[in-house]
Amino acid sequence: MIQVENLQKHFTIHHLDKTLRAIQGISFSVEKGQFLGIVGKSGSGKSTILKSIYGTYRPQSGAIYYESESFGNINLAEATDQEIIHLRKYEIGYVSQFLSVMPRTSAFELVEQSALETGKSPEEAITEAKETLSDFDIDESLWNNYPNYFSGGEKLRLNIARAVVKKPRLLLLDEPTASLDDASKLKVREAIEKLKLQGTTLIGIFHDLEFMEGLCDEVFTMQKGVVNS
Amino acid sequence: MFDKPILQIKNLSKQYGKGCLHCQNDGAQLERNFCPVCKTVYACKDISFDLHRGEILGIVGESGSGKSTLMKSLYFDEEVTSGEGYLIDYHEGKENIFSQSGQQLRWIRNTLLGMVYQNPMLGLKMDFSSISNIAEKQIAAGNRNVDNMVSRSYELLDKVNIPVDRSKEPPKNFSGGMQQRVQIAKALSSNPPILLLDEVTTGLDLSVQAAVLDLIKTIQREMQISMIVVSHDLAVIRMLADRTVVMLNGQIIEEGLTDQILEDPNHPYTQQLVYSLL
Repeated sequence: MIQVENLQKHFTIHHLDKTLRAIQGISFSVEKGQFLGIVGKSGSGKSTILKSIYGTYRPQSGAIYYESESFGNINLAEATDQEIIHLRKYEIGYVSQFLSVMPRTSAFELVEQSALETGKSPEEAITEAKETLSDFDIDESLWNNYPNYFSGGEKLRLNIARAVVKKPRLLLLDEPTASLDDASKLKVREAIEKLKLQGTTLIGIFHDLEFMEGLCDEVFTMQKGVVNS
Repeated sequence: MFDKPILQIKNLSKQYGKGCLHCQNDGAQLERNFCPVCKTVYACKDISFDLHRGEILGIVGESGSGKSTLMKSLYFDEEVTSGEGYLIDYHEGKENIFSQSGQQLRWIRNTLLGMVYQNPMLGLKMDFSSISNIAEKQIAAGNRNVDNMVSRSYELLDKVNIPVDRSKEPPKNFSGGMQQRVQIAKALSSNPPILLLDEVTTGLDLSVQAAVLDLIKTIQREMQISMIVVSHDLAVIRMLADRTVVMLNGQIIEEGLTDQILEDPNHPYTQQLVYSLL
Protein backbone atom coordinates (compact mmCIF):
# COMPACT_ATOMS: atom_id res chain seq x y z
CA MET A 1 0.00 0.00 0.00
CA ILE A 2 2.82 2.36 0.86
CA GLN A 3 6.54 2.03 0.24
CA VAL A 4 9.02 4.62 1.47
CA GLU A 5 12.48 4.47 -0.13
CA ASN A 6 15.57 6.25 1.13
CA LEU A 7 13.63 9.32 2.29
CA GLN A 8 15.62 12.35 3.37
CA LYS A 9 14.30 15.60 4.77
CA HIS A 10 16.40 18.57 5.84
CA PHE A 11 15.29 21.95 7.09
CA THR A 12 17.48 24.88 6.14
CA ILE A 13 16.95 27.84 8.46
CA HIS A 14 18.40 30.72 6.51
CA HIS A 15 18.67 33.40 9.18
CA LEU A 16 20.53 31.01 11.49
CA ASP A 17 22.56 29.62 8.62
CA LYS A 18 21.76 26.16 9.90
CA THR A 19 20.55 22.88 8.42
CA LEU A 20 18.63 20.37 10.53
CA ARG A 21 18.74 16.83 9.21
CA ALA A 22 15.38 15.49 10.35
CA ILE A 23 15.33 12.12 8.58
CA GLN A 24 18.19 10.47 6.75
CA GLY A 25 17.59 7.64 4.32
CA ILE A 26 14.46 6.08 5.81
CA SER A 27 12.96 3.03 4.05
CA PHE A 28 9.96 0.92 5.03
CA SER A 29 6.74 -0.45 3.62
CA VAL A 30 3.24 -1.11 4.93
CA GLU A 31 0.83 -3.62 3.44
CA LYS A 32 -2.84 -2.81 2.92
CA GLY A 33 -4.84 -3.06 6.14
CA GLN A 34 -1.72 -3.24 8.32
CA PHE A 35 -0.83 -0.94 11.19
CA LEU A 36 2.74 0.32 11.50
CA GLY A 37 3.69 1.91 14.80
CA ILE A 38 6.62 4.33 15.07
CA VAL A 39 8.23 5.09 18.41
CA GLY A 40 11.19 7.22 19.39
CA LYS A 41 12.20 10.22 21.42
CA SER A 42 11.03 13.76 20.61
CA GLY A 43 13.05 15.14 17.73
CA SER A 44 13.93 11.72 16.33
CA GLY A 45 12.07 12.43 13.07
CA LYS A 46 8.80 10.54 13.62
CA SER A 47 6.42 13.37 12.73
CA THR A 48 8.61 14.34 9.78
CA ILE A 49 7.90 10.95 8.21
CA LEU A 50 4.15 11.36 8.58
CA LYS A 51 4.18 14.97 7.35
CA SER A 52 6.27 13.97 4.33
CA ILE A 53 3.71 11.28 3.45
CA TYR A 54 0.85 13.76 3.91
CA GLY A 55 2.57 16.32 1.70
CA THR A 56 3.09 19.01 4.34
CA TYR A 57 6.87 18.60 4.13
CA ARG A 58 8.68 18.45 0.80
CA PRO A 59 11.47 15.86 1.07
CA GLN A 60 14.89 16.55 -0.45
CA SER A 61 15.26 13.07 -1.91
CA GLY A 62 13.80 9.60 -1.85
CA ALA A 63 10.39 8.32 -2.83
CA ILE A 64 7.04 7.60 -1.19
CA TYR A 65 5.08 5.20 -3.39
CA TYR A 66 1.39 4.95 -2.52
CA GLU A 67 -1.17 2.71 -4.21
CA SER A 68 -3.92 5.20 -4.84
CA GLU A 69 -7.46 4.34 -5.84
CA SER A 70 -7.56 7.42 -8.07
CA PHE A 71 -4.04 7.60 -9.51
CA GLY A 72 -2.64 4.07 -9.29
CA ASN A 73 0.92 3.87 -7.97
CA ILE A 74 1.94 7.48 -7.25
CA ASN A 75 5.13 8.93 -5.77
CA LEU A 76 3.84 11.32 -3.10
CA ALA A 77 7.24 13.01 -2.87
CA GLU A 78 6.70 14.30 -6.41
CA ALA A 79 2.90 14.65 -6.49
CA THR A 80 1.37 17.92 -7.72
CA ASP A 81 -0.60 20.20 -5.40
CA GLN A 82 -3.83 19.15 -7.10
CA GLU A 83 -3.04 15.46 -6.60
CA ILE A 84 -2.25 16.00 -2.92
CA ILE A 85 -5.45 18.03 -2.43
CA HIS A 86 -7.44 15.23 -4.07
CA LEU A 87 -5.78 12.50 -1.98
CA ARG A 88 -6.38 14.43 1.24
CA LYS A 89 -10.00 14.82 0.34
CA TYR A 90 -10.69 11.23 -0.60
CA GLU A 91 -7.93 8.85 0.50
CA ILE A 92 -5.43 10.00 3.11
CA GLY A 93 -6.31 11.28 6.58
CA TYR A 94 -4.04 12.91 9.13
CA VAL A 95 -4.70 13.32 12.83
CA SER A 96 -2.40 15.38 15.01
CA GLN A 97 -2.57 15.93 18.74
CA PHE A 98 -3.78 19.47 18.11
CA LEU A 99 -7.21 20.43 16.90
CA SER A 100 -7.02 23.27 14.41
CA VAL A 101 -10.43 24.50 13.30
CA MET A 102 -12.31 27.45 11.90
CA PRO A 103 -13.44 29.57 14.84
CA ARG A 104 -17.15 29.51 15.64
CA THR A 105 -17.76 26.18 13.96
CA SER A 106 -19.60 23.62 16.06
CA ALA A 107 -18.28 20.10 16.61
CA PHE A 108 -21.14 18.70 14.54
CA GLU A 109 -20.49 21.10 11.64
CA LEU A 110 -16.81 20.16 11.65
CA VAL A 111 -17.51 16.47 11.18
CA GLU A 112 -20.39 17.14 8.78
CA GLN A 113 -18.22 19.42 6.60
CA SER A 114 -15.54 16.78 6.52
CA ALA A 115 -18.09 14.26 5.18
CA LEU A 116 -19.43 16.81 2.67
CA GLU A 117 -15.91 17.34 1.30
CA THR A 118 -15.86 13.76 0.06
CA GLY A 119 -18.94 14.42 -2.05
CA LYS A 120 -21.58 12.99 0.32
CA SER A 121 -25.12 14.39 0.03
CA PRO A 122 -26.18 16.72 2.88
CA GLU A 123 -28.47 14.00 4.29
CA GLU A 124 -25.71 11.35 4.19
CA ALA A 125 -23.24 13.79 5.76
CA ILE A 126 -25.62 14.47 8.66
CA THR A 127 -26.22 10.74 9.26
CA GLU A 128 -22.52 9.89 9.12
CA ALA A 129 -21.55 12.81 11.34
CA LYS A 130 -24.05 11.63 13.97
CA GLU A 131 -22.79 8.04 13.77
CA THR A 132 -19.12 9.03 13.98
CA LEU A 133 -19.58 11.44 16.89
CA SER A 134 -21.50 8.71 18.75
CA ASP A 135 -18.80 6.14 17.92
CA PHE A 136 -16.24 8.39 19.56
CA ASP A 137 -18.45 8.85 22.58
CA ILE A 138 -18.79 12.60 22.18
CA ASP A 139 -21.84 13.45 24.20
CA GLU A 140 -24.78 14.69 22.13
CA SER A 141 -25.10 17.73 24.39
CA LEU A 142 -21.71 18.89 23.04
CA TRP A 143 -22.45 18.51 19.34
CA ASN A 144 -23.60 22.08 18.84
CA ASN A 145 -20.85 23.60 20.99
CA TYR A 146 -17.62 25.12 19.77
CA PRO A 147 -14.62 22.81 20.35
CA ASN A 148 -12.76 25.62 22.17
CA TYR A 149 -14.83 24.66 25.23
CA PHE A 150 -14.00 20.95 24.98
CA SER A 151 -11.64 19.07 27.29
CA GLY A 152 -8.32 17.84 25.85
CA GLY A 153 -9.70 14.30 25.46
CA GLU A 154 -12.88 15.48 23.76
CA LYS A 155 -10.88 17.65 21.35
CA LEU A 156 -8.66 14.72 20.39
CA ARG A 157 -11.59 12.38 19.85
CA LEU A 158 -13.28 15.04 17.74
CA ASN A 159 -10.08 15.42 15.75
CA ILE A 160 -10.00 11.71 14.99
CA ALA A 161 -13.76 11.66 14.25
CA ARG A 162 -13.24 14.39 11.68
CA ALA A 163 -10.65 12.29 9.84
CA VAL A 164 -12.45 8.97 10.22
CA VAL A 165 -15.81 10.18 8.87
CA LYS A 166 -14.12 10.41 5.46
CA LYS A 167 -13.29 6.70 5.63
CA PRO A 168 -9.69 7.19 4.49
CA ARG A 169 -7.75 4.33 2.90
CA LEU A 170 -4.61 5.47 4.72
CA LEU A 171 -4.74 7.14 8.11
CA LEU A 172 -1.72 8.85 9.66
CA LEU A 173 -1.89 9.26 13.43
CA ASP A 174 0.56 11.73 14.96
CA GLU A 175 0.44 11.04 18.71
CA PRO A 176 -3.34 11.00 18.91
CA THR A 177 -3.33 9.62 22.44
CA ALA A 178 -0.91 12.13 23.96
CA SER A 179 -2.33 13.51 27.20
CA LEU A 180 -5.47 11.35 27.05
CA ASP A 181 -6.87 9.63 30.12
CA ASP A 182 -7.27 5.84 30.11
CA ALA A 183 -10.98 5.90 29.28
CA SER A 184 -10.39 8.17 26.27
CA LYS A 185 -7.45 6.04 25.14
CA LEU A 186 -9.73 3.04 25.19
CA LYS A 187 -12.17 4.83 22.89
CA VAL A 188 -9.37 5.66 20.47
CA ARG A 189 -8.15 2.08 20.60
CA GLU A 190 -11.64 0.75 19.83
CA ALA A 191 -11.92 3.17 16.92
CA ILE A 192 -8.55 2.05 15.52
CA GLU A 193 -9.54 -1.61 15.84
CA LYS A 194 -12.73 -0.85 13.94
CA LEU A 195 -10.77 0.93 11.20
CA LYS A 196 -8.41 -2.02 10.91
CA LEU A 197 -11.37 -4.34 10.49
CA GLN A 198 -12.63 -2.07 7.70
CA GLY A 199 -9.28 -2.49 5.92
CA THR A 200 -7.81 0.96 6.61
CA THR A 201 -4.01 1.08 6.48
CA LEU A 202 -2.57 2.95 9.46
CA ILE A 203 0.75 4.51 10.40
CA GLY A 204 0.85 5.88 13.92
CA ILE A 205 3.24 7.58 16.31
CA PHE A 206 2.77 6.79 19.96
CA HIS A 207 4.70 7.29 23.17
CA ASP A 208 2.63 4.72 24.95
CA LEU A 209 4.07 1.27 24.21
CA GLU A 210 1.32 -0.42 26.20
CA PHE A 211 -1.27 1.20 23.93
CA MET A 212 0.41 -0.21 20.85
CA GLU A 213 0.56 -3.76 22.16
CA GLY A 214 -1.69 -6.08 20.20
CA LEU A 215 -2.74 -3.19 17.94
CA CYS A 216 0.27 -2.70 15.66
CA ASP A 217 1.37 -5.33 13.16
CA GLU A 218 4.87 -3.92 13.13
CA VAL A 219 6.76 -1.34 15.19
CA PHE A 220 10.03 0.44 14.52
CA THR A 221 12.04 2.85 16.61
CA MET A 222 13.47 6.12 15.32
CA GLN A 223 16.69 7.57 16.67
CA LYS A 224 18.27 10.75 15.35
CA GLY A 225 16.55 10.59 12.00
CA VAL A 226 17.24 6.92 11.22
CA VAL A 227 15.42 3.67 11.90
CA ASN A 228 17.02 1.98 14.89
CA SER A 229 15.44 -1.45 14.68
CA MET B 1 -8.24 13.46 -14.13
CA PHE B 2 -8.45 17.17 -13.27
CA ASP B 3 -10.41 19.83 -15.13
CA LYS B 4 -8.45 22.63 -16.74
CA PRO B 5 -7.85 25.55 -14.36
CA ILE B 6 -10.68 28.07 -14.27
CA LEU B 7 -8.09 30.86 -14.57
CA GLN B 8 -4.54 30.73 -15.91
CA ILE B 9 -2.22 33.70 -15.58
CA LYS B 10 1.01 33.63 -17.57
CA ASN B 11 3.91 36.06 -17.13
CA LEU B 12 1.80 38.99 -16.02
CA SER B 13 3.86 42.15 -15.56
CA LYS B 14 2.85 45.62 -14.55
CA GLN B 15 5.30 48.48 -14.45
CA TYR B 16 4.88 52.17 -13.73
CA GLY B 17 7.35 54.02 -15.96
CA LYS B 18 8.94 53.15 -19.27
CA GLY B 19 12.10 51.51 -18.01
CA CYS B 20 15.59 52.33 -19.25
CA LEU B 21 18.68 50.56 -20.52
CA HIS B 22 19.84 50.11 -16.93
CA CYS B 23 16.75 48.36 -15.55
CA GLN B 24 15.84 46.41 -18.68
CA ASN B 25 19.17 44.62 -18.62
CA ASP B 26 18.98 41.08 -17.34
CA GLY B 27 20.40 41.01 -13.83
CA ALA B 28 19.99 44.77 -13.38
CA GLN B 29 20.61 46.03 -9.86
CA LEU B 30 17.27 47.39 -8.67
CA GLU B 31 16.46 48.80 -5.27
CA ARG B 32 13.76 46.27 -4.42
CA ASN B 33 11.53 46.64 -7.50
CA PHE B 34 12.45 50.23 -8.26
CA CYS B 35 14.97 51.45 -10.85
CA PRO B 36 17.22 54.11 -9.27
CA VAL B 37 18.06 55.52 -12.72
CA CYS B 38 14.69 56.05 -14.44
CA LYS B 39 12.46 55.64 -11.33
CA THR B 40 10.37 52.90 -12.98
CA VAL B 41 8.50 50.70 -10.50
CA TYR B 42 8.17 47.04 -11.44
CA ALA B 43 5.00 46.36 -9.40
CA CYS B 44 4.42 42.86 -10.79
CA LYS B 45 7.02 40.91 -12.70
CA ASP B 46 6.40 37.65 -14.60
CA ILE B 47 3.57 36.45 -12.38
CA SER B 48 2.19 33.03 -13.37
CA PHE B 49 -0.31 30.87 -11.52
CA ASP B 50 -3.41 28.70 -12.00
CA LEU B 51 -6.69 28.85 -10.12
CA HIS B 52 -8.86 25.73 -10.04
CA ARG B 53 -12.62 25.49 -9.71
CA GLY B 54 -13.79 25.69 -6.10
CA GLU B 55 -10.30 26.51 -4.88
CA ILE B 56 -9.19 29.35 -2.59
CA LEU B 57 -5.76 30.68 -3.56
CA GLY B 58 -4.03 32.87 -0.98
CA ILE B 59 -1.56 35.62 -1.89
CA VAL B 60 0.69 36.88 0.92
CA GLY B 61 3.48 39.39 1.05
CA GLU B 62 4.49 42.61 2.74
CA SER B 63 3.17 46.05 1.80
CA GLY B 64 4.54 47.03 -1.60
CA SER B 65 5.10 43.43 -2.71
CA GLY B 66 2.63 43.83 -5.59
CA LYS B 67 -0.35 41.92 -4.19
CA SER B 68 -2.92 44.66 -4.67
CA THR B 69 -1.54 45.65 -8.09
CA LEU B 70 -1.99 42.04 -9.14
CA MET B 71 -5.60 42.05 -7.94
CA LYS B 72 -6.32 45.36 -9.69
CA SER B 73 -4.78 43.96 -12.87
CA LEU B 74 -6.96 40.85 -12.64
CA TYR B 75 -10.05 43.05 -12.26
CA PHE B 76 -8.86 45.36 -15.08
CA ASP B 77 -8.63 48.36 -12.74
CA GLU B 78 -5.05 48.56 -14.01
CA GLU B 79 -3.89 47.82 -17.54
CA VAL B 80 -1.19 45.14 -17.54
CA THR B 81 2.14 45.94 -19.21
CA SER B 82 2.44 42.42 -20.60
CA GLY B 83 1.25 38.91 -19.94
CA GLU B 84 -1.64 36.59 -20.69
CA GLY B 85 -4.75 35.46 -18.86
CA TYR B 86 -7.21 32.73 -19.79
CA LEU B 87 -10.64 32.20 -18.23
CA ILE B 88 -12.25 28.85 -18.93
CA ASP B 89 -15.67 30.56 -18.99
CA TYR B 90 -14.54 33.05 -21.64
CA HIS B 91 -14.26 31.47 -25.10
CA GLU B 92 -13.35 28.20 -23.37
CA GLY B 93 -10.06 29.65 -22.19
CA LYS B 94 -8.72 30.18 -25.70
CA GLU B 95 -8.63 34.00 -25.76
CA ASN B 96 -6.19 36.13 -23.82
CA ILE B 97 -8.41 38.31 -21.63
CA PHE B 98 -5.79 41.06 -21.36
CA SER B 99 -5.85 41.73 -25.10
CA GLN B 100 -9.64 42.24 -25.32
CA SER B 101 -11.48 45.49 -26.11
CA GLY B 102 -12.80 47.72 -23.33
CA GLN B 103 -16.33 46.48 -23.97
CA GLN B 104 -15.26 42.83 -23.61
CA LEU B 105 -13.28 43.61 -20.46
CA ARG B 106 -16.39 45.22 -18.94
CA TRP B 107 -18.42 42.13 -19.82
CA ILE B 108 -15.86 39.80 -18.22
CA ARG B 109 -15.63 41.98 -15.14
CA ASN B 110 -19.40 42.27 -14.73
CA THR B 111 -20.31 38.65 -15.33
CA LEU B 112 -17.30 36.43 -14.58
CA LEU B 113 -15.59 38.29 -11.74
CA GLY B 114 -16.51 39.78 -8.39
CA MET B 115 -14.25 42.08 -6.40
CA VAL B 116 -14.18 43.02 -2.73
CA TYR B 117 -11.77 45.84 -1.96
CA GLN B 118 -10.04 46.56 1.32
CA ASN B 119 -11.55 50.03 1.17
CA PRO B 120 -15.35 49.77 0.79
CA MET B 121 -15.39 53.23 -0.79
CA LEU B 122 -13.74 51.72 -3.87
CA GLY B 123 -16.38 49.04 -4.25
CA LEU B 124 -19.56 50.80 -3.14
CA LYS B 125 -21.35 54.05 -3.78
CA MET B 126 -21.61 55.17 -0.20
CA ASP B 127 -24.58 57.51 -0.68
CA PHE B 128 -26.74 55.07 -2.64
CA SER B 129 -28.93 52.51 -0.88
CA SER B 130 -27.39 49.10 -0.30
CA ILE B 131 -29.95 47.45 -2.53
CA SER B 132 -29.09 49.89 -5.37
CA ASN B 133 -25.43 49.04 -4.98
CA ILE B 134 -26.21 45.36 -5.40
CA ALA B 135 -28.63 45.99 -8.27
CA GLU B 136 -26.03 48.10 -10.06
CA LYS B 137 -23.82 45.07 -10.74
CA GLN B 138 -26.80 43.04 -11.90
CA ILE B 139 -27.76 45.76 -14.37
CA ALA B 140 -24.15 45.89 -15.58
CA ALA B 141 -24.31 42.12 -16.08
CA GLY B 142 -27.38 42.53 -18.30
CA ASN B 143 -30.27 41.91 -15.91
CA ARG B 144 -33.24 44.13 -16.84
CA ASN B 145 -35.99 42.49 -14.80
CA VAL B 146 -36.67 44.66 -11.75
CA ASP B 147 -38.53 41.97 -9.79
CA ASN B 148 -35.67 39.53 -10.36
CA MET B 149 -33.10 42.09 -9.30
CA VAL B 150 -34.95 42.99 -6.12
CA SER B 151 -35.50 39.40 -5.06
CA ARG B 152 -31.86 38.48 -5.85
CA SER B 153 -30.65 41.50 -3.84
CA TYR B 154 -32.79 40.53 -0.83
CA GLU B 155 -31.55 36.96 -1.10
CA LEU B 156 -27.92 38.13 -1.08
CA LEU B 157 -28.42 40.60 1.77
CA ASP B 158 -29.90 37.76 3.77
CA LYS B 159 -26.94 35.52 2.86
CA VAL B 160 -24.46 38.11 4.15
CA ASN B 161 -26.55 38.69 7.28
CA ILE B 162 -27.68 42.25 6.57
CA PRO B 163 -31.27 42.72 7.81
CA VAL B 164 -33.52 43.21 4.79
CA ASP B 165 -35.26 46.12 6.54
CA ARG B 166 -31.96 48.05 6.30
CA SER B 167 -31.58 47.44 2.55
CA LYS B 168 -32.65 50.98 1.68
CA GLU B 169 -29.99 52.53 3.90
CA PRO B 170 -26.75 53.69 2.25
CA PRO B 171 -23.53 51.87 3.21
CA LYS B 172 -22.19 55.08 4.80
CA ASN B 173 -24.61 54.41 7.70
CA PHE B 174 -23.09 50.96 8.27
CA SER B 175 -20.14 49.71 10.32
CA GLY B 176 -16.93 48.57 8.56
CA GLY B 177 -17.89 44.90 8.84
CA MET B 178 -21.36 45.53 7.41
CA GLN B 179 -19.91 47.55 4.52
CA GLN B 180 -17.64 44.61 3.67
CA ARG B 181 -20.64 42.30 3.74
CA VAL B 182 -22.56 44.59 1.35
CA GLN B 183 -19.49 44.56 -0.92
CA ILE B 184 -19.49 40.75 -0.83
CA ALA B 185 -23.22 40.68 -1.68
CA LYS B 186 -22.60 43.07 -4.59
CA ALA B 187 -19.66 41.03 -5.86
CA LEU B 188 -21.77 37.86 -5.80
CA SER B 189 -24.84 39.41 -7.41
CA SER B 190 -23.98 38.39 -10.98
CA ASN B 191 -23.14 34.87 -9.77
CA PRO B 192 -19.50 35.03 -10.93
CA PRO B 193 -17.34 31.88 -10.88
CA ILE B 194 -14.41 33.85 -9.41
CA LEU B 195 -14.31 36.20 -6.44
CA LEU B 196 -11.31 38.45 -5.76
CA LEU B 197 -10.83 39.55 -2.14
CA ASP B 198 -8.21 42.19 -1.39
CA GLU B 199 -7.35 42.50 2.32
CA VAL B 200 -11.05 42.35 3.17
CA THR B 201 -10.59 41.93 6.92
CA THR B 202 -7.77 44.43 7.42
CA GLY B 203 -8.74 47.13 9.87
CA LEU B 204 -11.75 45.29 11.26
CA ASP B 205 -12.13 44.30 14.93
CA LEU B 206 -11.22 40.68 15.65
CA SER B 207 -14.82 39.53 16.21
CA VAL B 208 -16.02 41.33 13.07
CA GLN B 209 -13.06 39.88 11.18
CA ALA B 210 -14.07 36.37 12.29
CA ALA B 211 -17.65 36.94 11.12
CA VAL B 212 -16.47 38.09 7.66
CA LEU B 213 -14.13 35.07 7.39
CA ASP B 214 -16.96 32.73 8.42
CA LEU B 215 -19.09 34.27 5.71
CA ILE B 216 -16.40 33.86 3.04
CA LYS B 217 -15.85 30.22 3.97
CA THR B 218 -19.60 29.51 3.99
CA ILE B 219 -20.07 31.13 0.58
CA GLN B 220 -17.19 29.14 -0.85
CA ARG B 221 -18.56 25.90 0.52
CA GLU B 222 -22.15 26.49 -0.55
CA MET B 223 -21.50 28.06 -3.95
CA GLN B 224 -18.25 26.23 -4.86
CA ILE B 225 -16.92 29.57 -6.09
CA SER B 226 -13.17 29.99 -6.74
CA MET B 227 -11.47 32.77 -4.81
CA ILE B 228 -8.21 34.67 -4.76
CA VAL B 229 -7.61 36.07 -1.29
CA VAL B 230 -4.91 38.67 -0.75
CA SER B 231 -3.80 39.23 2.82
CA HIS B 232 -0.70 40.15 4.76
CA ASP B 233 -2.20 38.20 7.66
CA LEU B 234 -1.02 34.58 7.66
CA ALA B 235 -3.78 33.59 10.09
CA VAL B 236 -6.37 34.60 7.49
CA ILE B 237 -4.53 32.66 4.81
CA ARG B 238 -4.20 29.60 7.05
CA MET B 239 -7.92 29.66 7.70
CA LEU B 240 -9.07 30.15 4.13
CA ALA B 241 -6.57 29.13 1.47
CA ASP B 242 -5.99 25.70 -0.09
CA ARG B 243 -2.84 26.92 -1.83
CA THR B 244 -0.72 30.00 -1.28
CA VAL B 245 1.73 32.08 -3.26
CA VAL B 246 4.22 34.37 -1.54
CA MET B 247 5.14 37.67 -3.23
CA LEU B 248 8.18 39.84 -2.68
CA ASN B 249 9.24 42.89 -4.68
CA GLY B 250 6.66 42.20 -7.38
CA GLN B 251 7.57 38.54 -7.92
CA ILE B 252 6.32 35.17 -6.74
CA ILE B 253 9.12 33.72 -4.63
CA GLU B 254 7.40 30.60 -3.32
CA GLU B 255 4.16 28.70 -3.82
CA GLY B 256 2.60 25.53 -2.56
CA LEU B 257 -0.12 24.04 -0.40
CA THR B 258 -0.87 26.42 2.45
CA ASP B 259 0.35 23.98 5.12
CA GLN B 260 3.59 23.50 3.15
CA ILE B 261 4.18 27.25 3.06
CA LEU B 262 3.42 27.64 6.75
CA GLU B 263 5.19 24.54 8.09
CA ASP B 264 8.00 24.02 5.59
CA PRO B 265 8.85 27.44 4.15
CA ASN B 266 11.93 27.39 1.90
CA HIS B 267 12.65 30.96 0.82
CA PRO B 268 14.42 33.17 3.41
CA TYR B 269 11.66 35.79 3.15
CA THR B 270 8.87 33.21 3.63
CA GLN B 271 10.73 31.86 6.65
CA GLN B 272 11.02 35.37 8.08
CA LEU B 273 7.28 35.88 7.51
CA VAL B 274 6.27 32.54 9.05
CA TYR B 275 8.63 32.78 12.03
CA SER B 276 7.18 36.22 12.81
CA LEU B 277 3.71 34.69 13.17
CA LEU B 278 2.47 35.13 16.73
